[in-house]
Amino acid sequence: MRHGAAMFLFTLLTLAACQREERDTRPQSSLGSGEQPMPVTTLEPGGQRPSASDNKAASFEANAFHLSEGKRLFSWFNCSGCHANGGGGMGPALMDQKWLYGSSIENIHATIRDGRPKGMPSFRDKIPDDQIWELAAFVRSLSGNAPSSAAPQRNDDMMPHPSENRMPDAATLGKSP
Amino acid sequence: MKRLAWTGFGTACVFLQGCSGWQSALDPKGPAASELAWLIWFFTALCAVIWVLVMIALATPLLMRPLARSEPLALDSGADRRKLRVVVIAVGLTAAIVVGLTLLSFFANRTLAAIGSDAALTIRVTGHQWWWEVRYEDATPSRILTTANEIHIPAGEPVRLLLTSTDVIHSFWVPSLSGKLDLIPGHINVLDIKADKPGVYRGQCAEFCGAQHANMGTFIIAEPRAKFDAWWNDQLQPAGPPASDEAKAGEDLFLSRPCVMCHRIGGTPAGGTVAPDLTHIASRRTLAAGTLTMSRGNLAAWIADPQGVKPGSHMPVVELNGDELNAIVAYLEGLK
Ligand code: HEC
Ligand code: HEC
Ligand SMILES: [Cu+2]
Repeated sequence: MRHGAAMFLFTLLTLAACQREERDTRPQSSLGSGEQPMPVTTLEPGGQRPSASDNKAASFEANAFHLSEGKRLFSWFNCSGCHANGGGGMGPALMDQKWLYGSSIENIHATIRDGRPKGMPSFRDKIPDDQIWELAAFVRSLSGNAPSSAAPQRNDDMMPHPSENRMPDAATLGKSP
Repeated sequence: MKRLAWTGFGTACVFLQGCSGWQSALDPKGPAASELAWLIWFFTALCAVIWVLVMIALATPLLMRPLARSEPLALDSGADRRKLRVVVIAVGLTAAIVVGLTLLSFFANRTLAAIGSDAALTIRVTGHQWWWEVRYEDATPSRILTTANEIHIPAGEPVRLLLTSTDVIHSFWVPSLSGKLDLIPGHINVLDIKADKPGVYRGQCAEFCGAQHANMGTFIIAEPRAKFDAWWNDQLQPAGPPASDEAKAGEDLFLSRPCVMCHRIGGTPAGGTVAPDLTHIASRRTLAAGTLTMSRGNLAAWIADPQGVKPGSHMPVVELNGDELNAIVAYLEGLK
């Protein structure tokens, strides 16, 4: 009898493993549209920059699923055609610490959605908003700006750098350990 | 106890129903599948006979009362020799059967390998999460045809399939026509198939490949040669112009929205190659690799919410209002 009860409890415990990781695959419109103005420069009349944070950003940054989707879309949408696999080509390198238009996920989102004057095309209406956030989160992980527990861990083809989860943190980049 | 046995028997009979129809290894419709079905039946029958014999041999001494012997410890070399002979014969038979079955499966494999040696048609099947890209090879580049999820073949002719994948390992399995073969990224596996008679045979990915593995079906449609050639020529045509104003609006929407980034429609600027080719989408029987049957309603359901129909699929939800959705559906519905 005792054994029976113990077995039963044990079986109940194993049921805990049946929980699946939750993935947000539907648009999260409730979180915002990503439509607020993004500063392109720090020069603002009155010395005040408009708020550059978006409610959506938090749910995409540091989320392993979204980062890996971003990695897939980066080649699906041929970002690699101009930026190679982050090393840069006709477009600037994305795996370094230099940002022409800001390093925050909101700024990168704005870059992808609205384009930038010297040749970065606008993907507004061509990529659904959530997928732009996924791309932005992934672009940040290229320079180590994503926790290694969430960043993609495998490259399927030749890369100019180790997989994203082994990239050094942006803060330590370029310094010897 | 008896009731239980009957219930068990009844359930087994119900399962047996699954053994016929358009997706069954026990209902072969081509030479490869016939060879395999024969092998399955022969192995099963032989093993069943052996199992029954072993059970009888095991049960007999258990059920028999031990012989009362006057001197249980006395040596009886005659009986020992008889037992040894039984063991030697049993070992010999086992070895012969194992070798025999190995030879049988070896020769079956040779038959399978010979099916497509003179195949005139080569089709490249590329696995994607979770759909099949189908490309008909031809020496004339303008006759190369790319479509998705449905594989038309001429009946009665061997066809060579080149199997590969772009993401993870999948496995191609059309039970009524042939055995399974894996689709491996960066590698090409060759599978030869032949359908004896015209018909529709269902296939299924047989290697777990992620969230929607279960909804990764395919259809082999075997047709007489003339019909097949006509189909190929039809499919080579670019998409015709939209038939109505609504369909025209749908085309414009398709080309100005994310759809154009992933899908190809021949004759329009849409040239994406990461998702199924939609040039003749309305001529296919199903949507999203056998998940939905083709109809106006299902097209709308899929485009409005692919993540509800096939959660995790690589087609994102594109936010469209009702009119936009209707227009796009009207356009796609006309792509016969
Ligand atoms: C046609 C080539 C081209 C394509 C395709 C392209 N980019 Fe760019 N991208 C550029 C150029 C050129 C710049 C620099 C723009 C400037 O300096 O004004 C740039 C800039 C950027 C920046 C800003 C970098 C910084 O330092 O601030 C990001 C982020 C970026 N691209 C991401 C992407 C992503 C993600 C995609 C795919 C959806 C993509 N790009 C597709 C050419 C391209
Ligand atoms: C990010 C890429 C992407 C975008 C954007 C996209 N699709 Fe898809 N689409 C796919 C993929 C991948 C599949 C295959 C899904 C599956 O079967 O698992 C698919 C499947 C389909 C199918 C079924 C095809 C078949 O052979 O069964 C239709 C129809 C379709 N998409 C229409 C559209 C329309 C209309 C739009 C624009 C509103 C669109 N798609 C936007 C990637 C995309
Ligand atoms: Cu699969």
